Amino acid sequence: MKSYALSHLKELEAESIYVLREVAAQFERPALLFSGGKDSIVVSHLARKAFSPAKIPFPLLHIDTGHNFPETLEYRDAWAEKIGAKVIVRYVQDSIDKGRAVEEKGYNASRNALQTVTLLDTIEELKLDCAIGGARRDEEKARAKERFFSHRDEFGQWDPKNQRPELWNIFNGKKNMGEHFRVFPISNWTEMDVWQYILAENIPLPSLYFSHKRKVFQRDGQWLADFDFMMKRPTEVVEERVIRFRTIGDITCTGAVESKAATLEEVVQEVAASRTTERGTRADDKRSEAAMEDRKKQGYF
Amino acid sequence: MDLLRFTTAGSVDDGKSTLIGRLLYDSKSIFEDQYEAVKATSEKRGEEYVNLALLTDGLRAEREQGITIDVAYRYFATPKRKFIIADTPGHIQYTRNMVTGASTANLAIILIDARKGIIEQTMRHTFIASLLRIPHIVVCINKMDLVEYREEVFNTIKSEYEAFASKLDAIDIQFVPISALLGDNVVDRSTNMNWYNGPTLLHVLENVHISSDHNHIDARFPVQYVIRPMSTEHHDYRGFAGRVAGGIFRAGDKVTVLPSGFNSTVKSVDVFEGTIDDAFAPMSVTLTLNDEIDISRGDMIVKDNNQPESTQDIDLMVCWFNSRPLQLNGKYAIRHTTRDARCVIKEVVYKMDINTLHRNEEGKNIQMNDIGRIRLRTTVPLFIDSYKKNRITGSIILIDEATNETVGAGMII
Repeated sequence: MKSYALSHLKELEAESIYVLREVAAQFERPALLFSGGKDSIVVSHLARKAFSPAKIPFPLLHIDTGHNFPETLEYRDAWAEKIGAKVIVRYVQDSIDKGRAVEEKGYNASRNALQTVTLLDTIEELKLDCAIGGARRDEEKARAKERFFSHRDEFGQWDPKNQRPELWNIFNGKKNMGEHFRVFPISNWTEMDVWQYILAENIPLPSLYFSHKRKVFQRDGQWLADFDFMMKRPTEVVEERVIRFRTIGDITCTGAVESKAATLEEVVQEVAASRTTERGTRADDKRSEAAMEDRKKQGYF
Repeated sequence: MDLLRFTTAGSVDDGKSTLIGRLLYDSKSIFEDQYEAVKATSEKRGEEYVNLALLTDGLRAEREQGITIDVAYRYFATPKRKFIIADTPGHIQYTRNMVTGASTANLAIILIDARKGIIEQTMRHTFIASLLRIPHIVVCINKMDLVEYREEVFNTIKSEYEAFASKLDAIDIQFVPISALLGDNVVDRSTNMNWYNGPTLLHVLENVHISSDHNHIDARFPVQYVIRPMSTEHHDYRGFAGRVAGGIFRAGDKVTVLPSGFNSTVKSVDVFEGTIDDAFAPMSVTLTLNDEIDISRGDMIVKDNNQPESTQDIDLMVCWFNSRPLQLNGKYAIRHTTRDARCVIKEVVYKMDINTLHRNEEGKNIQMNDIGRIRLRTTVPLFIDSYKKNRITGSIILIDEATNETVGAGMII
């Protein structure tokens, strides 16, 4: 007898596709926030599935810090062409040039937080009423409290203590003019689910996720990639190591791990055996205990 | 491998966080950096032990006040199953949070302190679990170590609970004697309670039968979105995208589209990869039909010979979430599956005292965290089933049209 049961990945996929279709139905001008990282790649892959054989009915939006790995940008354009999606890029550098954002100073300077300024300006410029993100609840403790449909006020702020109750799978995307929503279709996926799904679906990834040789230096127990704009302390020595990245973000705050995992299968094995979370390689989360919550309240991804 | 969603309910000091911590820790789902962060915070706050509640309390205000404000979702896996825990706080805004967590759960864990036995909150948790029709309940009688692991303590609580639960709609209930602190019968079998022959908690979680939790009999397909590619390759393609809410759809099925009442047959069940044989809950698919019928979001595709009730007058149990009480004769936006309408509250039949299960027909003012039975009338017909029959086509939310907030959740009787 046939079993009417879904595997966990198929059930998660069905839930995410449902959420993406709700976005297309409930909002007039959504956009999918695309960073070139595996989570936003999976979300765009799911969007392609959700609306097939039609094209994805919203653009991919990339907020470029100017400190992206060249591999990420190369991948972004190739992937968008493959799935037939439109890409909109906005630059943090433009926000800085216009005086909207001020560059951080010092060794740990990063443009990660400045992205919020560019993002909120872009939401206003394009009159977006929904920004779809690849955040997952298992990533970080503030994100564990997120709704699928997360309301943002006219300042783009998140009010975690006053979130709308979200029952069953009925999503309330009603809002006033000037407000918008952040929607997280893969809320219920874990890092392992994402990797298993990428493997099962054979989704191409930026080469950064796989083992390669790179010039790096060590800071606070992590390997950071060496680029011209990276300020190094005299004690920080650049050396060549065999590494890969577990997450991909701004170069200034994305740490690498030493790894020989060169194929998807090997990466999945490595993730399964890992005893630290992927966010453990992100300097942006280590600034304080509530770093993510504080940034999210401001309007961060 | 499949996916089990469960919720945990308990009052303040009954060891809920310890139990979750134990499940996560013993199943190796806590990562070193998470554990180190929690340990450092515990030490900074001068706490004697590593406070595993800090793993779930994510917001600054929660950690400062040592309370849980909102539902937190936790994830873990064993080689047999993946688990999603909706961890709901025990005190403030209790009903709102537990109802939210319960709405998607396959199973509820209800914790009872073996020293205290059944208290008011136990009854409240059980009532909500039954109202939201969580198919399985596991009653964990915790802190058995503090009652010398005595069988009669377990048996007394078990029979008292059964007597109380018999007044509610029958659901699958199991009892497990545990010590979350010491680990007895959580992941590993206890050697202190040889009188207990049943499974450990994790064994129950891994083996409870959940594939029948969805309705596979009454075919319901709420249309979410119409897919029209408008490309040369798919010039005439018109697909109706949605998530199956019940039953099974196959090519050739005779269907009726509501509200128009037009008949057709299913031409194909499509997914990205191509055409598939059948679709069942909770799959997201696209249906195409053999006839050109005007269908849009909010319509429902059902089988000719098995249709939901089409009505504007609806009786339901409502849970209220907003500080502005439910207004008799008030107008609200209502959403049922993918269908939007407006409604007016015609009658409050009674308010439920969720601690005693008494139906209060005098005081009918339904305020935040109250549960009551109401009757409402909608502007257009909705295609409904009882919540008992189908959790998806039997549920609605009410939205305040002035603030856009979700103010109530309803289960259709």
